[in-house]
Amino acid sequence: MNILYGLTTPDEGEILIDGVKVDFKTPRDAIGLGIGMVHQHFMLVPVFTVAENVVLGVEPTTLLGLLDRRKARREVREMSERYGLAVDPDAYVEHLPVGIQQRVEIVKALLRQANTLILDEPTAVLTPGETEELFRIMRELKASGRSIIFISHKLKEAQTIADRLTVIRRGRVVGSPPPSASDSELASLMVGREVELVVRKTEAAPREAVLDVDGLTVLGAGGYVAVAGVSLEVRAGEIVGIAGVQGNGQTELCKALMGLVPVHGGRIRIGGRDTTHASTKDVLESGVSYVPEDRQEDGLVEGFSVAENLVLDTFDRRPFASGIVLRLDKIRQTARARLEEFDIRAESIDTPAKTLSGGNQQKVIIARELGTETRLLVANQPTRGLDVGSIEFVHRRIVATRDAGAAVLFISTELDEIYALSDRIAVMYGGRIVGIVPPSTPTAELGLLMAGGSPVTGADEAGGSPVTGDDEAGGSPGTGDGGEDSETDPREDKPGEAGEVEQV
Amino acid sequence: MSAGTAVMAARRRLVIERRFVIGGLLVAIGLIELLVFGRVAVKGDAVFTFTLTGAKVNIPNLTLPAGPTSTIIGAVTTALGLLYVAVDLPKVPRRLIAGVSLVGLVAAVLCWADASRIPFPFVALLASTVASSIPLMLGALSGALCERSGVINVAIEGQLLLGAFGAAVIASAFGNLWLGLAAGALSGGLIALLLGLFAIRYRVDQIILGVVLNVFASGITGYLFDSLLVPYANRLNSPATFNPIKIPLLGDIPILGPVLFDSTVFLYITYVVIALVQIGLFSTRWGLRVRAVGEHPEAADTVGINVLLTRWRNVLLGGVVAGIGGAYLTIGSVGSFAKDMSSGEGFIALAAMIFGRWTPLGGVAAALMFGFATALANVLGTVGSPIPSDFLLMLPYIATIVAVAGLVGRGRPPKADGQPYVKA
Repeated sequence: MNILYGLTTPDEGEILIDGVKVDFKTPRDAIGLGIGMVHQHFMLVPVFTVAENVVLGVEPTTLLGLLDRRKARREVREMSERYGLAVDPDAYVEHLPVGIQQRVEIVKALLRQANTLILDEPTAVLTPGETEELFRIMRELKASGRSIIFISHKLKEAQTIADRLTVIRRGRVVGSPPPSASDSELASLMVGREVELVVRKTEAAPREAVLDVDGLTVLGAGGYVAVAGVSLEVRAGEIVGIAGVQGNGQTELCKALMGLVPVHGGRIRIGGRDTTHASTKDVLESGVSYVPEDRQEDGLVEGFSVAENLVLDTFDRRPFASGIVLRLDKIRQTARARLEEFDIRAESIDTPAKTLSGGNQQKVIIARELGTETRLLVANQPTRGLDVGSIEFVHRRIVATRDAGAAVLFISTELDEIYALSDRIAVMYGGRIVGIVPPSTPTAELGLLMAGGSPVTGADEAGGSPVTGDDEAGGSPGTGDGGEDSETDPREDKPGEAGEVEQV
Repeated sequence: MSAGTAVMAARRRLVIERRFVIGGLLVAIGLIELLVFGRVAVKGDAVFTFTLTGAKVNIPNLTLPAGPTSTIIGAVTTALGLLYVAVDLPKVPRRLIAGVSLVGLVAAVLCWADASRIPFPFVALLASTVASSIPLMLGALSGALCERSGVINVAIEGQLLLGAFGAAVIASAFGNLWLGLAAGALSGGLIALLLGLFAIRYRVDQIILGVVLNVFASGITGYLFDSLLVPYANRLNSPATFNPIKIPLLGDIPILGPVLFDSTVFLYITYVVIALVQIGLFSTRWGLRVRAVGEHPEAADTVGINVLLTRWRNVLLGGVVAGIGGAYLTIGSVGSFAKDMSSGEGFIALAAMIFGRWTPLGGVAAALMFGFATALANVLGTVGSPIPSDFLLMLPYIATIVAVAGLVGRGRPPKADGQPYVKA
């Protein structure tokens, strides 16, 4: 896709547009030929307004050569009205929810007269409601005669929206199944082998509480309230999934549990011991395993070898150390065993971690964290960016950890995953837990909770479209208010309060 | 504890912390004014003059009884400080209090320093402030140009120094001040060329690079000074200096005229550069693109903006601007080059730019404040104040700390500042 957009130049092969061979050198060439791209990580300047972002690169100017901000605003407004993409041209992008930011990206592409839109994993950051809204916009654009390339690793979405499908694996086109192809057909094409899409797990048998959080409050960088009085209990032998759109305090919650950020209020107990202000080492030593959100930044030391990464948390203890000396033989021996056990595809245990694929990097982390007995697993987005095969692996290990008697707290922005793994689902919004519901809750209801009780959209007309019930959740389209759910943990803040959550 | 109260408590603690620190500082300053300045300087009046000799309009002198004035200022500042601690004030009154207290502090110090001595030349102080701020303002603008595009410029000091050197030598050798000015600008540009080459092309750590370039500028000018400028001082190191140009009408305005409109061409160039950079960065297509490159280079790249070219252009422009500031040091004021004559002004300019939150006008305001410090020390030296000038030089910096904590809050640098851009 970067080649199509002129960011990277191809070594071989040709690109035809309307039957004519074209040659891209820069994004400017691609834009000129009517190609627009919405990147997975938005290409918006946070401190600029919507209008400034949209016109960047094609700025209208006044006769004096100054920026014509009025014209820019008008252009944005016209474009957004024509396609029902409501955005406020004067809003600062950093203050907008991701769903709206995505619209800004689409407006940006349309203003450049894009005929072919490339959407790279556009739904990864959206709530179910916002995804519906995006699909509506996509259909509208299709009706206006534009082509859309929709890249996704979510099977269901591809089946829903696409007219034609192409499966790419390791840089090769491996097939073009019809959109009516079944989940498992698609998945096996993507992975190259049979994949089990359903996570096999038995009924949970929860025992004593391992993690007990009460009124936890954490301030984020800059003093805003990231986690606002969260109370939560995770028991041995159960998986609690935290659902929520990214950036609603999940990361800060994990970091606070692990002692990585200071706690400003409330209490954390792990295995009955107060660890509210404990150091990370202390937390780890009380039997906690942690799979951080960003495996490259926080999960691994990328320049270290696989073997070294496997003992990052235990290198200073027996059997890997005696006194101040590392027992390299023991480290290597364990590393070889882990490589085998967790099926990590690395050339050797001495290969630097950064050369591994994302899936294998994640396996290294999982092997380190789950290789030994654990009481509590905290996993933040453990399958993000992984292929279906690796996801299957991670899911199986998480369930196995639960079955071995550990408590599992895992965070995901993917509803499918939340449903597949959780024994109980806690929904986080605006730094609060706005509801704890069983996995039998319909998607629509969960989606509504994730959006803070009412769908988050900047626009009037967008909010109205209720999420349609998803088949696997087995429910009728939700009527909305999660507050009616009798399963809600009584200790929690009432979901009804969600609407009053301050947007920080 | 319920969620709401936990949040409120956490937030309240931060606010209270700030109130006590800043309010306490204000009370301390007020008490010093009240008890030290007010008591020590009881005798005599402080006289301020507002007219330079030969001005067309005369303004009467201002005579204040030094002791009582300081006492009153001290009492007011103390009261304001207590108010600050006691009440959780909104932003505007908070800033107002801090501002009034700072002005009061300066006034109290002046009263004390000038009591029973020769009249205090207020206009001369302001004129000297503006003049000594010229290299600082240009340096800060250079910094803003570079950093807004995402390149950290620690080499302002070196650019000033080489600019001063180049201007002195060329102006002296060719006997043409304008050639000297151009040479100064190009010399600054030369350092910028090295900065760009290593920072943009070879992605060297920009802070280390800046320090190295400063050492390089100091070394090369030092060597050339010893081996060329000392033996051939008459030919190479005795340039003329620009004469002040008084702007008709504007130059006759009382107080402001002699301060703002009766100076060398450098001040007028500075005006133009300030306007160009401020308008350019915030109201033109060029500026929008520059800021996009400094904040989010990938985004700029994806809409067809050439990131590296934009950075190169800004770094070179910044070098030229700082080079002009350097030229001021020789052909705008003292008229000869001396070893390491920039004496840290480049770093002060850098601080001014940061203090001014990476904006041209903010940087200029901060530069003027630092310039005021230098000027105050000079002028007080001439009136024969009882305070050692070293202490006077410290005062504005202490005020700066107060200002940074209370008035300005924390600035936000461009997001991609200092990060080399590597195409995906």
